[in-house]
Amino acid sequence: MPSADEVKTRIEAAIPGATADVESADEVHFSATVRASAFDGLSRVQQHRLVYDVFEGELGAAIHALALKTEVTT
Amino acid sequence: MSNEIRDAIGTAIADNDIILFMKGSPASPACGFSARTVAMLEALEVPFAAVDILPDPRIRQELSAISQWPTIPQLFHKGELVGGCDIVTEMYESGELATALGAPADAAPEAPAAAEAQPAPIGIENRL
Repeated sequence: MPSADEVKTRIEAAIPGATADVESADEVHFSATVRASAFDGLSRVQQHRLVYDVFEGELGAAIHALALKTEVTT
Repeated sequence: MSNEIRDAIGTAIADNDIILFMKGSPASPACGFSARTVAMLEALEVPFAAVDILPDPRIRQELSAISQWPTIPQLFHKGELVGGCDIVTEMYESGELATALGAPADAAPEAPAAAEAQPAPIGIENRL
């Protein structure tokens, strides 16, 4: 099972310029706020897709839930 | 055939102005995220169709293939994915959701009386 730190590291590695705050009480349910310049010009759906793509196949499995909030940085 | 399921989902998205794919039904949600999304739509007093994805795992597979979105619930408006529970919550709290969905101006945080459910393809609960 991934730790909150692992989830944070993977998001930041996969999305250029991203910083992520990730919390998890149980390493199954995660809550993340991700800030990235790469979100600029994208709809919320597209921003969330970028993050979900990092965990393809794991959402609903090892990662039961990832509550997500995205913010554009300049 | 999974293509029949995909076609039925595509038709449901096209035919219903507002449609929610969820776990369980609006009257009996099977997941907290689905329950929260239903509660927001009911608070806005917008009519919506709902599809329970749980009866057949292929519904979720095909839905995610169409929407490129991995999680449930998924809310569609006029054929476009609005988002999952997080985005819907953000938009609800900012007032964007009410505007986007054309909610009545006097929509109060009180659920309207449920319309009668009619049998439909892939278990759509039609609340229009």
